[in-house]
Parts: sequence; structure tokens; C-alpha cells
Amino acid sequence: MTESLVSHPPTDAGHRFAGTSLVAREIRMSFGSVEVLRGADLEAPAGQVVCIVGPSGSGKSTLLRCLNGLERRDSGQVLLDGVDTAGLDVNQLRQRVGMVFQQFNLFPHKTALQNITLALRAVKKLPKEEAVAIARARLRDVGLADRADHRPTQLSGGQQQRVAIARALAMQPQVMLFDEVTSALDPELVKGVLQLMAELAGQGMTEIVVTHEMGFARKVADSVVFMDGGVVVEAGPPERIFDDPQSPRLKRFLSQVL
Amino acid sequence: MNDLLRNFFDWGLIGDTFPDLLTYGLRNTLMLAICASLVGSVIGMVLAIMGLSTRPWLRWPARVYTDVFRGLPAALVILMVGEGVFSAQVSWLQSPYPVAILALSLMAGAYIGEIFRAGIQSVERGQGEACRALGLSHGQSLRLVVIPQGVRRVLPAMVNQFIGIIKDSSLVYFLGLVTTQRELFRIGQDSSVSTGNLSPLVATGICYLLLTVPLTHLVNYVDRRLREGTRPVATLEDEPSLVDPKDVLA
Repeated sequence: MTESLVSHPPTDAGHRFAGTSLVAREIRMSFGSVEVLRGADLEAPAGQVVCIVGPSGSGKSTLLRCLNGLERRDSGQVLLDGVDTAGLDVNQLRQRVGMVFQQFNLFPHKTALQNITLALRAVKKLPKEEAVAIARARLRDVGLADRADHRPTQLSGGQQQRVAIARALAMQPQVMLFDEVTSALDPELVKGVLQLMAELAGQGMTEIVVTHEMGFARKVADSVVFMDGGVVVEAGPPERIFDDPQSPRLKRFLSQVL
Repeated sequence: MNDLLRNFFDWGLIGDTFPDLLTYGLRNTLMLAICASLVGSVIGMVLAIMGLSTRPWLRWPARVYTDVFRGLPAALVILMVGEGVFSAQVSWLQSPYPVAILALSLMAGAYIGEIFRAGIQSVERGQGEACRALGLSHGQSLRLVVIPQGVRRVLPAMVNQFIGIIKDSSLVYFLGLVTTQRELFRIGQDSSVSTGNLSPLVATGICYLLLTVPLTHLVNYVDRRLREGTRPVATLEDEPSLVDPKDVLA
């Protein structure tokens, strides 16, 4: 009954994603009188993986949610493929920047397949057959072709999260945002999801990943961003961030999590 | 004692009343209750969506409507709506049925609106967020994801509401009904008045219970089904086992 992602490559051989760059500049954002982001910067070159780490309450999830407009920033710029997204319709922006959540947020009244076809039909206006074909292909990509007609409650947490990733990928995003996507999973289910994310990265997807999985950040990330107090304190390649931290705050954070 | 018993349980009279009750009485009561529930659900859904809006000019009218129609006795609303519509002399509204359905719907809408609103509000925030993250508009996310889930959760409350409407429909006799327009209650009452015996009303009561008791049990059944949900069938064995987790998680 065991299946292996490694022996079943998640996407067709040689498949490449058209990941584009995403740059955030001087993002500021307040909840009421609390300033959550105080001028945060982020740079994700095309096809690269950026991991955002930091203590809870540092603003990393809020920054991620500002990138696709789930939170409305007070000021600052988000550039997608070098173009300011301020002029874009927010729903168009969200089609180009996919997102996966900590709690999966699958639609419980829909099957795995219907979870994926819903936006394809409602947003991309695809005919049913085409939407179903895409959904089946994406489910196969994440190793769940045989779970198409299962409801979310009939799937394990890891399977649900992989359906959520397939759902986001089906919209053909240029950038994927992952918001602590393994935090709600049992430890033994974490690796399947992380492996899938690593494989997508290997195929050219741009990923911005808020995570507590330092092993993943070190191994898969092209750069790691350390946030604290609503700003980016330190950013750089994983070796430098983990092995040669400069700021006292990052040193203290690493001493607590590693 | 025997008199008392005969006053309630004169089997002959009960038997005489049943044909009328079961032919048009039951049909009329059900038609009133079903139509009022359908129209009331439409009104309720509009009220719920207005009530959940961020715009005060949509929220407030819904609030006021709900307070007024939940706060008034059913008899008063039926009589006032009925007399009001009759006095307006609209040609197709001179029959008591459309008017009765209108009056019952206006009240049901207020209750159903609150039921829907609670249901929609109980849907997790993440559902709407997932929709928005996929590029769905606010309206699409409500229509395709949030409302279907919210409505599902309040099905038991809706069946209770339907039972309430069945009972309230007995008040439409205020509007004056000709023989075959009579619903369950009016048939029992007429027959009871003409015979000076309460047994026809007992027969009527039996008819109401035949409708409402199974529905009450349906509520419990639906409620239990929704609460227990579908059992998860996936187990750890369905998870992909990786060759070596250290490949990824050094």
C-alpha cells in the first residue's frame, strides 16, 4: 500500500514551471495601532526558493499575505516579474501568485477533484472536461490520482495538504506562497509535503516559504530571510544565515530553534 | 367522566372529519407551509447576505426587518398583511392563499435569515481566504463555497423552522376561506363548532402530529449525521514513505 514520491516523479519528466521573480519593497502594515510590518523587504528571483524564518509574531505570515493581497498593506511595493502589481486587479494577481495555508483550507463539501476544478471553472472559465483533465493531472503530480473522489475528511492531513498544493498549482501560478504548511501535520506526514515542495522548486517554481522547518530551509532554500519585529533583520544564503549569523537577534533565535 | 371522554374522543365524529382533513386539509396546510418556506428562504438568504455585509446601509435595513417580523405575533402579521393587501385591490391578490403565503413568508424570512446568518458565520475564515487566494471574487466565494457549507450546517434548524411554519399556517383562517380552501385547523374548527364536540379538533391534532413528529425525528437524524460526518478512512499507510527522509531534511 505504500507509494513513493521518489519512484513516482510528481510531474512529467522534464516538466518546468515558468516561475517569475517577486520583489517586495518597504512593506508597512498595521492592525489598528499595532504596527506589524515596519518596512519589510523581500526578493525572490525567478525559480528560486526563499524561506522566511523568525519568532512567532515577527510578521512573517503577514508579509506573505501582503504579497497576494490577502492583507492590505499600508504602503510599499510588490513587483511581479519586475512589474508593480499596484495596477493589477487583485483577483488577477492572486491567479498568478498561488498560496497554500497551514490549515489546508480545502473545501469540505467538495471532493479532491472538485476542490481543484472549482476555481478553474469559476475563475478561468474553463469548460468542465478541460478543468477535470487539469485537475486529474495535478492530482497525479502530487501522487494522489487515486484519491480524486475522496472528500477532505477521508484524507490524511498530509494528503489534504498535497491536494491544496495541487489546487494552487492548477491555476498555473508564477509564484507559490507557503504559509507554515507543515505546522498542522503530524510529524510523520511532514516529509511528504516538504519533498513535494522541494521537487516543485527543482522544476523552476518560485517559492516563498514561511516555515519552522530549519532542515528544509537549509537544504532547499536559495536564500533565507530572518524576520523579527516586523522587519527583515538578516537575509542571505542558508549557509551564511545558519552557520555564520551576524545579528544578535538571529543568533538568539537560532540558539532556541536548532 | 363519560361525557368528557365523549367530548374529546367520539370516534364516529373523528372518523367523519378525517376524509376532509386528509383530502384538501392536509394538502392546503402543506402547500401553505412549503410555499412559505421557499419564499421565506429566499427572503432569509437576502437578509443574511445583507446582514453580513460590511456596508451599514445594507446591514441596517436587514436588522430592522428582522427585529420587526420576529417581534410581532403571527396572528397580527397575517391579519394586517391580509387586510392591507385586500384593501389595495390588486386583482390577482384577492384570493386568500397568495396573501397568506406572503404573510407567512415575511415572518419566516426573518427567522430563516437569522438561521442562515449564523450558519454562514460559522464557516471558518480560511474557506473564504482559500477562495480569494485562488482569485475568486467575493460573490463567487460566497455562492460556491461559504453559503453551501453554511446552509448544510443549519439544516436541522431549518426543519425546526418548517415545523413552526406548519403550525403558524393554522392562523390563515383569519383571512376567510371558502370550503375547499380550508386547511387542517379550519376544518377541525368548523366541524367542532357545528357538532358542539371537540373530537374533530382531536382529529386535526392527530394530522398535525403526523406531519410534525416525523419531522422532529428527521431533525435529530440529520443533526446526528452532520455531527458525526463521514469517518476518515485514510491511514498512515496511505502516506508516501520516502526512501530516506534525510535526503530532504539533512
